[in-house]
Amino acid sequence: MITLSINGKSHQFNDDGDMPLLWALRDVLKYTGTKYGCGKGLCGACTVHVDGQPIRSCVTPVSAIGKQKVTTIEGLSEHADHPVQQAWQSLNVPQCGYCQSGQIMSAVALLERNSAPNDKDIELAMSGNICRCGTYQRIKQAIHLAADLATEVKGS
Amino acid sequence: MKHIKNVSRRSFLKKLGISSTALVLGVQLPSMLTIPKALAGVTGPDKFSPNVYVQIGADNIVSIVVHRSEMGQGIRTSIPMIVADELGADWQQIDIIQGLGDKKYGSQNTDGSRSVRRFYQPLREAGASARMMLQQAAAEKWQVDVSETRADNNFIIHDKSGQKLSFGSLVKAASALTVPEASTLILKPSKDFKFIGKSDVALVDGKKIATGATTFGFDVELDNMRYAVIARPPVLAAKVKSFDEKAAKAVSGVIDVVQMPELEEPAVFKPLGGVAVIATNTWAAIKGREALNIQWHESEHQNYTSETYKQALAKSCDNPAKALRSKGDTSKALAEAKKVIKASYYVPELIHVPMEPPAATAHYHDGIFDIWACTQTPQSSQGTVAQITGVAAENININVTLLGGGFGRKSKPDFVAEAAILAKQLNVPVKVLWTREDEIQNGYYHAVSYQKLTAGIDNNGRISAWQHHVAEPPIGATFSKGADLIGSEADLGLIDMPFEIANVSCAAGKAPAHTRIGWMRSVTNINHAFATGSFVDELAHAKGVDSKEHLISLIGADRKIDFAEENAKYGNYGETLEKFPVDTARMKAVINKASKMADWGRKLPKGHGLGIAMHRSFVSYVACVVEVSEDSDGKIKVHDVWMAVDCGLAVNLERIRSQMEGAAIFALSLTFYSELTAKNGVIEQNNFDGYQVARFADAPMTHVEIIKSDAAPGGVGEPGVPPIAPAICNAIFDATGKRYRELPLKQYNIV
Repeated sequence: MITLSINGKSHQFNDDGDMPLLWALRDVLKYTGTKYGCGKGLCGACTVHVDGQPIRSCVTPVSAIGKQKVTTIEGLSEHADHPVQQAWQSLNVPQCGYCQSGQIMSAVALLERNSAPNDKDIELAMSGNICRCGTYQRIKQAIHLAADLATEVKGS
Repeated sequence: MKHIKNVSRRSFLKKLGISSTALVLGVQLPSMLTIPKALAGVTGPDKFSPNVYVQIGADNIVSIVVHRSEMGQGIRTSIPMIVADELGADWQQIDIIQGLGDKKYGSQNTDGSRSVRRFYQPLREAGASARMMLQQAAAEKWQVDVSETRADNNFIIHDKSGQKLSFGSLVKAASALTVPEASTLILKPSKDFKFIGKSDVALVDGKKIATGATTFGFDVELDNMRYAVIARPPVLAAKVKSFDEKAAKAVSGVIDVVQMPELEEPAVFKPLGGVAVIATNTWAAIKGREALNIQWHESEHQNYTSETYKQALAKSCDNPAKALRSKGDTSKALAEAKKVIKASYYVPELIHVPMEPPAATAHYHDGIFDIWACTQTPQSSQGTVAQITGVAAENININVTLLGGGFGRKSKPDFVAEAAILAKQLNVPVKVLWTREDEIQNGYYHAVSYQKLTAGIDNNGRISAWQHHVAEPPIGATFSKGADLIGSEADLGLIDMPFEIANVSCAAGKAPAHTRIGWMRSVTNINHAFATGSFVDELAHAKGVDSKEHLISLIGADRKIDFAEENAKYGNYGETLEKFPVDTARMKAVINKASKMADWGRKLPKGHGLGIAMHRSFVSYVACVVEVSEDSDGKIKVHDVWMAVDCGLAVNLERIRSQMEGAAIFALSLTFYSELTAKNGVIEQNNFDGYQVARFADAPMTHVEIIKSDAAPGGVGEPGVPPIAPAICNAIFDATGKRYRELPLKQYNIV
């Protein structure tokens, strides 16, 4: 038995420890906000945070998580009020929306370590997240917007 | 250091300063799974349902049925905009109901860029009839003439007396009235539009997407549900020889192994066959499938290898079997030409790769199917399940989830039928999930194509002849085994070439299909526009004239083209030429607009180039200019894309812009990266490493302008795609002097 900490809640996990975190989250623990896109760590749709670091949950076995804290899109905020979530809504970033959980998790992790990223920083940090609908330019604008907002919050 | 922390929505918007007036839907939408099945279209004492799209409750909530599938094009926002505008509804009092698959809504087949094109008028009429009945009910209460009343913000208002009544308070009275005849409906004048043609309506699903609370096909969860993955034939129509059921069942979590019915071609929308592994979770099902060790019988399609197939297509172009358009005498004009120019173009087999692969969940109980699927076409899902399982269509409920991308893949309901077969056989709810490998290796493919173009330039420097031969396996082969000649694909950018040339001939060669050929966003417009858009640029350079001026002059005089006069049977996307003419003035207008946006003709930095292309598809017009540069290593970067679109009356400006931005990326993917190859009948690529698409750093800045128009609304989802590839290749030629005629460009080591 493995105890997993997801979004601040403790969960008992009784299945195979080799199961990728993605399927444990989705099928066993019913956190379906994290998406499957490739199963090989190629597209970023399954991005979650483990102790604040963005990881691809589709290639990370549950047994590798240990006591580290997992954060999924559902745990980002109580009221959809994380600046990145708000920037996404304000600029109508999504098209189909399927990849956006992973995009948002990658963007949040970027802003946590670099509060004022330039275009190159964003391209690098987001290069592992595919959006087939092609929302890249709005994602870039939204990350800048969220960064600007964070500055304002600090200053206010 | 700055710190990212959560802030209230209000203060966020205040700080933003720009979007605080955006219309955000006020009502929390019910989850897909909690929608009562019977809601849509049902009437009662406290519900007023004048038609299948609108229902108003005594609680003053206006329920609007979205009967089309949402896959990123924004239809769950655009349909309510149309209905609410005509109705005079308060955007904060709207509830959106996703319609079940049901003929009463008309076509629900969400492809072909048709949702607004086909339903703008019926949806306005739905809103208007509800509004007029509410007006009538209020007028009778007030004893005033109905023409003195108007609707706004969920109220019927009588300005003279200053009285007003909420929609909700009129529900009972309005329900007792007769629904007005369509011919008596008075539609709102466009100057009074509140939502149609505006940019400030926020995506209705925006908040749920940002919080991960949406339900896609992959996300459906039912009590006691099983998870299934299926090993499908690696070569089309190969049948199972043997498999190791025991080994699969030995995997922890695997519950059952089921052999699927074998596929008999034509494939249509039937399941492909193979062996299903059913488990308590997806991962166990995947592991179980790996243990199956399936052996397959031979298939007649196992000789399909892309390299040799390409040579066969090239030969077939030289020996066309079907003339599709002929004007004048092309052979004679070419023989008499001062200069003859020839070029061949190749676009490989392609696949959709929506971020969400196909998925469907079926529950069979009491003789009834309840099905949830990310389908573009609930009615044909219903029909296919009925045909395959023998359950009557009226006992099959198809719930449409959000689609994690569609691009045409999800308008083929084979995956829905798979779930239905398993759920009925196992008598338990089953979710069938396609892995990425399944999606790429067992898809409905965009046909590989070879095209040969020949043009003659006469003594006066005019283009006197245009000959376009194509060979590409037809979509028809998926529905009629052995079909080897294109049909309506010819209407997509081949026979509707708009240039004013005296002698024109278009023809197709035979090309047998060895995979399921389907349709993918803008379909054969992709290949045909790539060839014509590139070739016309080659002709400009051969003549030594400006590419844009040449394009404009070759389109020629303002006119409305009827290809029937040139021995072509042109379908015009199912529309009449009266309502949706092939209008050369509109073509030139978008070219001029895009050129102006890009400042065409300006002096460019060293290594930079501009390219231009225009294409009419799905009765809309799109021109684009692309700016690229070549660096010292010979690598190409796309910097900017300027797109001008004339889609007739524009309903949702914000989503039209986003569709153009997305189309640019979709086309950039196939221009630079995407290619499927087959070897011995098997598709060689299986994930995003082998089948590549554009990533973040590839994305240009796309600038979009929408031509203001009162013409009937045309398509939006697809028309942005076709002109991008030729514009990119034309820009690369401008920058480097190198002409690329085969996609994808990664083979030339320039990305």
